[in-house]
Order: sequence, then structure tokens, then C-alpha cells
Amino acid sequence: MEQKLMALSGNEAVAYAFKQARPHVASAFPITPQTEMMHKYAEFVANGEIDTEMILVESEHSAMSAAVGSAAAGARTFTATSSAGFALMWEIVYITASLRLPICMALVNRALSGNINIHCDHSDSMGGRDAGWIQLFSENAQEAYDNAVMSWRIGEHKDVRLPVMTTYDGFIISHTADSLHMLPDDAAYKFIGPYKPGYTLLDVENPITVGPLDLTDYYFEHKADQLAAYDKAAEIVGKVSEEYGELTGRHYGFCEEYKLDDADLVMVILGSSAGTAKDVIDEYRNKGVKVGLLKVRMFRPFPASYIAAKLAGRKAVAVLDRSASFGGFGGPVFTEIRSAMYGQQVPVHGYIYGLGGRDFDLKQVATVIEDLQKVASGGAFEDINLLGVRS
Amino acid sequence: MSFLPNSQLHTGGIIREAGNAFDYKTGDWRTFVPEFIEDNCIHCMFCWIYCPDDAIAIDTSGPKPVMKGIIDGHCKGCGICAHECPPAKKGKSALVMVREEK
Repeated sequence: MEQKLMALSGNEAVAYAFKQARPHVASAFPITPQTEMMHKYAEFVANGEIDTEMILVESEHSAMSAAVGSAAAGARTFTATSSAGFALMWEIVYITASLRLPICMALVNRALSGNINIHCDHSDSMGGRDAGWIQLFSENAQEAYDNAVMSWRIGEHKDVRLPVMTTYDGFIISHTADSLHMLPDDAAYKFIGPYKPGYTLLDVENPITVGPLDLTDYYFEHKADQLAAYDKAAEIVGKVSEEYGELTGRHYGFCEEYKLDDADLVMVILGSSAGTAKDVIDEYRNKGVKVGLLKVRMFRPFPASYIAAKLAGRKAVAVLDRSASFGGFGGPVFTEIRSAMYGQQVPVHGYIYGLGGRDFDLKQVATVIEDLQKVASGGAFEDINLLGVRS
Repeated sequence: MSFLPNSQLHTGGIIREAGNAFDYKTGDWRTFVPEFIEDNCIHCMFCWIYCPDDAIAIDTSGPKPVMKGIIDGHCKGCGICAHECPPAKKGKSALVMVREEK
């Protein structure tokens, strides 16, 4: 498939990806660093390139609510937000998944307040990890575009019907120009396909009730049903990614492996920091250190047994979290991976790094690799460490 | 472990059967309940119109609707029917609130 090479910011790339699905409705409220994405999309609409109905709202709570109403009516719908905006959507974020509405969202990762900070960390998306959405993390604009295109197919699959958020790091990806390959509009739409909603409020011949009272008698069964859909979602993410790989030549799995095959020491990381880590891993490989990277693309559903199998038999594993879980046992990625590794004799320790957009530099990666070497040679190490913070 | 979808439920917890609220019994928290005194009833249907729930049973098979009584599973004892019931038979109403004791 011939694809155009474009120079776009992450926000612009995702705006294109959403446009290519020809969505019926979009509702969003501006917040840095997401604003530019919807700005670009509004430009498409104003220029007559796409006839998406844009709903003006007064807050993110309303943006998500309007999206739910639209999706329940049977329309292909998306929204976008960051940080505090996502936090304000909270109640409806859960409802979206419970109603099994395959809304797509661009979540441009930004630190949660306070104090006010507009830069990248993953505390916003990690807060939503239990809400029932599929979460795909992206390393660069290309991956953000690809994830956004695939998110329609994954969420709208008849056995899944779950909302999908494509996340990408605020400013680092959203606002820096990157070169990427884009599918032609027709090819992208052909891949995504027209939307067939699971139910619609507008079918007057077959009236339905959406979101009724659901108490002790059936609520639990509905939640069990949601868990089952999540199970299925992992399989569909795999299938859709495979098909997308055949079409575009860009292959994605649950995770990306970088020099992992023979690695004794492994770093686990999400998002743009993986690019930085790869550079330093190359340096250490040149020095003969067997270090590799496992980049988690699909954090929800969490591919626990897949990751456990990939990390089995390693000498040391470091999990890097770009968010803190206050009062918890390490960051969310660390906690899940430690748990997935239960019963294995692989030392896993965690780092919290890059909060509020603190630069994740080459030196920090080197520190982690050197720590991994110490652990591998029997050194004791703290479970949770802070990386790149002044003491 | 893996989870299987529940075949008995509609995806997303939606309800596809219209009017099913009638089957969902909610009238078990009241203190007072209207007592229906049939002799005093003029079948004006005020109670049926004013009832905020589905608690008034009527028979519509004849030329005029006929009040039949209170539907236990839906009456929450608000007393609106008794308040609106006109004392049409010698100043006596057909619905009177009484404390429900078991």
C-alpha cells in the first residue's frame, strides 16, 4: 500500500486518523495539550473536508456526556482531552464503558493538578485504568496515528464494543513535528469500515432503555459481562493489529520488543520514553551488556500472561512508571507486572520518573541499566525508586 | 482466569422490553397504605391519574373504566390518591390512608 510521507505533529496526525473514520459526531472541550488536535479537526470541518457534527460543550463532563448520548443514538463518535479534563469526565468515562459504547478518545497525556502543570506524565490515563476502556500507548506520532486508526476497528468489533483511548505524551509527541506515513483516506476508511452500532435509541420500532437502575439483582452480572468483553478485546487488538500490519507494513502487538531476545536485563516502559531508552540500550549493547526493552503498547486490557512469558528467565527487570500511585506499592505498571510475575524467580523493581514533564534523559536510562547490572549480580535493591528527582 | 459473556443479558445493560417497570416491584418501603372502600367509589379515575407510579388497578374492558384497587408491589404509600379522592358519597372518600402493620 502506497502511503504518503507527512511531517505532522502528534496532534495533527491523530486528527487525520479520526477524520479518516468519517465520524458522525465529535464533542470536546479545549485543554492543553489536546486543544491543537480538536483545533485541527475543527479546521477540517470548517473547510468542508468532513461533515462531522461538532458539539460545543461547556466542560469535559459535558463533552463525554454528549459523546455518550451520540453513541447511544448510534453515531460514530469521538472526543479528546488531557489531564484535569479527563478527571472531570470521570463519572461518564465509566458509564461509556458500562454501556459498551465504542467511543474513541485521544488522551494527550498531561500531569494532573496540583500544582498546575501542563507537561507530560501518565497520571491522567493511569487514573482511568480501571474504568473499562481499552488503552493504547504510543511512542511517537506514527504510533499515535496508527493506534487511532486501529482504535475504531477494535472498539466497534461486535464482540468487543468498548471505548478505546489512544494516548500519546503531551508536548513530547503532541506538539513536535515528526515524519510519518499515512494511509490514503479511502484505504483507511476501507480498513475501518462503516459503523454498525450494537443498539440505537433512534430505532422507534424497537424502543430501548439505556442506563436503567441496576441494583443488587443484576449489576454484578453486567460487570461480569464487561470483564468478558475485556478478555475478548485483547484477542481483537491482536487480530486488528495483524491486519493493519499486512496493509501498512507497520506491525504492532501487545508490546514492542527491542533487543529483547537474548537480553538478561530488561526495561519495561510506556510511551515516548521508549525512544530515549532504545538509544541508551544501543550504547550498552555496543559495550556488550545484554540489555533490552519491552514497550507496553496495550496497557488495558493488561496482557499479564504475555508479559510474564516475555520476562521469564531474565536476570533483572526494571519497570518504569511515569505516574505515582500515592500510598500504593509502586507505580501502576510496576504493580501489575510484579503481580503478573508471581512465582517466577525474576527480580523486578520499579522506578517512578518524569512526573510533570521532567525530562527523561540518557543519563537516567544509564542509571537504570547500571542498577539492573547490580541486581543481576546479586545486589539488593529497593522495590520502588525515584528517577531524576532532586533530593 | 477468563470470563465468558452472559448469554441472558443484553450488552451494555440496556433493556429491550418496553413497559417492564411494571414487573419491577418497588413498593416495600411504605408506612401507610391506602385502603380501598369500594362502596364509596364513583370511579372518577382521579386516583389513577394522580398516582405517580403504577399502583392503581383499573378494569378497562367495559364502556367506562372501573377502579379495582391498589397494586401492592408498586404503592409506596405517598397518599396522593387518598388526598385527591373526592368525598363524593355522603362526604366519604373511597381511599383512606391507614398505617400498615404486619
